Parts: sequence; structure tokens; C-alpha cells
Amino acid sequence: MEFIRNFPFFSVAVFLFSAVICSVLKPRAARIWTTAAEAVVLAFSLSVLIYTTSGDTFFRYNMGHFDAPWSNQLRAGPVEALAATSFSYVLLMSHIGGIRYAKADIEPKKQSAYCTLLNLVGAALMALSYTNDLFTGYVFLEILTLSSCGVLVIRRAGRTALAATRYMVINLLGSGLFLLGTCLFYGITGHLLMEYIRDGVATLEVTGDYAVPLTVTIGLVCAGLAIKSGLFPFHTWMPDTYGTATPTSSAVLSGIVSKGYIFLLIKIIYRVVGVDSAAMTSARHILYVFGIAGIIMGSIWAMQSAHLNRMIAYSSAAQIGYVFVGIGLGGQAGFTAALFQIIAHGLCKPLLFLSGARLSEASGDSTEFADLQGAAHRNKPAGLAFAVGALSMVGIPTLAGFAVKLFFAAAAVEHGLLVDIATLTALALSTLLNALYFVRTVIRIYTPSGNAPTNGAFAPTDGESARTRDPGLIAAAVGLTAGILLLGLMPGVVSGIISRGLALFA
Amino acid sequence: MENLFRNYEEAVALILFSIGFMTLLFHKNLLRKLIGMNIMDSGVYLFLASMGYIYGRRAPIVENGDLSAERYINPVPASLVLTGIVVSVSVTAVMLSLSIRLYERYHTLDLDVIYAAARSRREHR
Repeated sequence: MEFIRNFPFFSVAVFLFSAVICSVLKPRAARIWTTAAEAVVLAFSLSVLIYTTSGDTFFRYNMGHFDAPWSNQLRAGPVEALAATSFSYVLLMSHIGGIRYAKADIEPKKQSAYCTLLNLVGAALMALSYTNDLFTGYVFLEILTLSSCGVLVIRRAGRTALAATRYMVINLLGSGLFLLGTCLFYGITGHLLMEYIRDGVATLEVTGDYAVPLTVTIGLVCAGLAIKSGLFPFHTWMPDTYGTATPTSSAVLSGIVSKGYIFLLIKIIYRVVGVDSAAMTSARHILYVFGIAGIIMGSIWAMQSAHLNRMIAYSSAAQIGYVFVGIGLGGQAGFTAALFQIIAHGLCKPLLFLSGARLSEASGDSTEFADLQGAAHRNKPAGLAFAVGALSMVGIPTLAGFAVKLFFAAAAVEHGLLVDIATLTALALSTLLNALYFVRTVIRIYTPSGNAPTNGAFAPTDGESARTRDPGLIAAAVGLTAGILLLGLMPGVVSGIISRGLALFA
Repeated sequence: MENLFRNYEEAVALILFSIGFMTLLFHKNLLRKLIGMNIMDSGVYLFLASMGYIYGRRAPIVENGDLSAERYINPVPASLVLTGIVVSVSVTAVMLSLSIRLYERYHTLDLDVIYAAARSRREHR
């Protein structure tokens, strides 16, 4: 069993080596190799999850066998393992679900490079999940930014380069703030390992020294990560980015990349600053306000979108708002809700992007709603998958989205009247708007296209491409739907792991 | 105010950071944005380097078998600066290649003009 303690490091290493190997493989071999690497890392993450939850324990892994504080350390407990499991599962599903589109969207000679980039995304996410060192966190944050820019821009069509530039500029602003924050943490505490910084911060809070630099540092780190994860009003890159990339990239970017940043933020709140720290509490209150604004504005913009992928992208802005509301609410219940949302949204969004791409393919490659009428009849599996994802986003019981809203409501009522009313109103508005635009879309794709108001651009027929089977997408849809149902029918299992894990997280 | 003059290196570093940040955020020209990013990162590296240096101590290379920690400066900030430089070089390379692609497609580096061109071509995907 002791051997399992190596798995967090192996998870990062497998992806890194696999990235190097993929760059010299032929496209088909690279795809198979990458899928295998993702499956192996998923198995590693699951083993760590089972090991840590069954023993209610966590462990540290000193790189190079140097003792702390001189070592670079990994740390794995139930929460880290759960995040790693969810990230690697969604990466695997998004990859196999979008292989068909990746083949069509990406030049043949760059197919292997795409696999390299996916491996790098995986390595960075695993490192962000497990690292216990703030500067290692920064380095992998940048690796994640660069590789996710790569998976976005590799589709050489339309405005991908413009979208990627926008994505990079916003991300670089966030990285700059985070880097300065990290350096200030090192400056005022003299450490880079998370627990040691927290001890330093706790001492400073008692003595009252460096009060202003500490507040500024916490502000910089929170702002940096909030900008990178696309919290309102820094979400403007989302529609372009998610709307233009190849479906696997959209699924990976929206499902797990932005969650990787947020997971690091939660880790910093718990393990670097201390969840009860006064300065952190003020920062969390600000995040809460922006989260609420994000939920409402994201939903309104999603409703106004005329294109399917832009609608799904704007809805991501709203869902990121949910996570920040959870962080802002704080406490065991708030963080449980935030982490549950990270996992639930990580399953729903890729399902929507992958099935949405198939539906628009079955509608003459159009993403306009008018052309999508009846698309679910032209491609039944994709229609069903889209309906599951959309209804989960609305919050229908038995699906993950319902459990999310339940946890948020439960977290809100623990607070004062004002917070309670604000959170529940935002939840109600968001549910209403989600219902309006997602149910409208589901009804549209299921309305027979005989009486469709065709725009002249496309006459719906049972085209060849619509009938072609896509086993990869079906497998991914089944896998992601199973995850959504698991979270929706047995939310207690996952929330139990999270709340037990949070006790060990600090 | 006195603290500001005593820590003038850090103050200059933060001014550099702010100049870079604002350039990256507000400038319309992609190359200038990129230069802003590099100034911003240089500000951070100056901050780290000045934080790590202690007057009167030597570079952390053991001389004449003298192992006392008081003789040498802290090597960690220097290694952080090196790592940071590697990161910013890679980011610069990626951003430059993106700029080339944008220039090939839209024949300008002004982001406002590029957006207008993308809109007028009705590129929504």
C-alpha cells in the first residue's frame, strides 16, 4: 500500500513523459498513447482517492527525499485526489469524445502535437492538484496557460488566433498578479511551502506586523487567480475562446482548465493563508459579490446569444460565478458546495460542448439556433446527451445540477439574512434564466424541422455526416452522463468525501 | 516616506510592475502589450533579486570550506528569478508567434482594427 504514495508524482510524470513521446509518434499512435496515459493517470488518481478516503488520511511526498522546508513537496488527501480523479476523468472523456472533430479541425501534421498539448494540460492539472509548493504552483499555472492556449489555437480557422490572443492577454495579467503575490508571500514569510507560509501568516496576524503587505498579497493572489479562471468581469474571453476551439479543446478549457486555477485558489485559502484569517475573509467577501454578479450577468448574456456555442460559453461564466459564491460563503458548507460545483460543472460542460458540436454538424455546421431545429432527430445520441447536460444545468432533480443548487442553498442559510436573501435570489434568477435558454434550446432541437424557419443557408436533410456513427462521442456521452447521474442520485457520497477531506485539507 | 526611500529597489520594482501591467492591459498594439508584459515580469524579478540580496554578504558559492550561513546571501530568490525568466521567455515566444499569425490574417497589430475586421467578416467561429 505504501507504493500508492508515489502515485501523485507518477500522475504528473506519466503525462510529462507521454507529452515528449507523443511529439515523435504518428498521429494515430499518439492518440492511442495519450488515451492510455489518461486512463493510467485516472487509475492512479482513483487509487489515491480510495487510499486516502478509506484511511481518512493524507500524506506528503518529498521530491528528491529532502526534508521540508528544503524539499519540493506534493501532498495528497481526499480533496486533492478527488480533484485529480475528476480532472483526469473529464480529460479522458473530452479527448475520446472529440477525436473525430480533432481529426477534421487540425492539420494532419499537427495531430501529434495536439496530443502533446493535451498531455501537458493533464500534467499541469495533476501538479496543481497535488503540489504543496506555491512557486511550483505558479510554474504549472503557466504551463497550463501555455498548453491551453496551444489546444485552442491549433485549429487554424476562423478567429482562433484572435481568441487565443485575448485569452493569453487576460491570463498573463492574472499570472503577473499571482507571481507578484507569490514573491510577496516569500518576502514576508521566508517560505514557499504552503504550511510554512501559513505558520508565518498566523504569527504575523498575532503580532500585527506587515498587516498592509499581507492584505495586498492576499488581494493579488485572489485577483490573479480570479482573472485567470474567468470570474465576472474578466470573462470576456470565454465566448470567443470556447466558441472557436475544436470541441475537445472547448470541453477541456471550460470543464477543467479554469477549475484548475480555482482549485489552487481554494488550496491557498485553506493552506497558505488559513481559512479563518481576517484578511482572507474580506477578500472572500469581494469574491462573493463578483460571483453573484457573474451568475446573473452570465445567464443574461447566455440568453441573448444567437449561437449555441456562445450560449454554452456564457453559461460557463455564470457557473464560475457559482464556484466563487461558494468560496465567498465560506465555512464547511460553502467550500463543499464550491468543490461539488467544480466537479459537477466539469462533467456537464464537456457533455454540452461535445454533443452541441455533433448537433451543429448535423445541421450543416451551423451553430445558429434557427438551423438547429430538429437536430436531435437527425442525431439521436447527441440530442439525448445535450438534453441531459442542459437539464442538469437547469437543476432538474436526479441530475448533478440539482445537487449543486441544493448545496448552495444549504450553505447560504447558514449565514445572515442579507447573504441568505442575496444568494437565494441569485440562485432563483439563475435557475429561471437557465431554464429559459436551455429548455428553449432542448425544445428547439427536438421540434421536427418540417416547419423550421430555414434561413436559406441550410435546408435540413439527413446528411451523410449526420448519420455517421461516432463511437468516441457515444462513449464519452455515456461516461459523462453516468458521472452526472452519480452526482445527482448520490450527492452524499461525493459531498461526504469532500467534507471529510476538507477537515484534513488545512 | 522614509521606508520608501530605504526600500527604493522594491519601490522601483513595483513602479515597473505597474507600468508593465497597465501597458499589457490598455495598449491596443500587440507588440507593445508584449513589451508591457516583459516589463511587468522584469519588475517582479528586480523585486525578488533585491529582496534576496543582503549587503556585505557574498554569492552563495562555498569558498575555502567556509560553511557558515552568515557569509552568503540566500540563493532561493535567484533560482526563482531564473525559473521566472524561463517562463516569461516561453510566454513571449508563444505570444510573438500568435502576433505573426494575426498579422498574416489581418495585416495589422492594432487589436481594435483586428476586432473590427473580424466582426465585418462575420467570423463567429
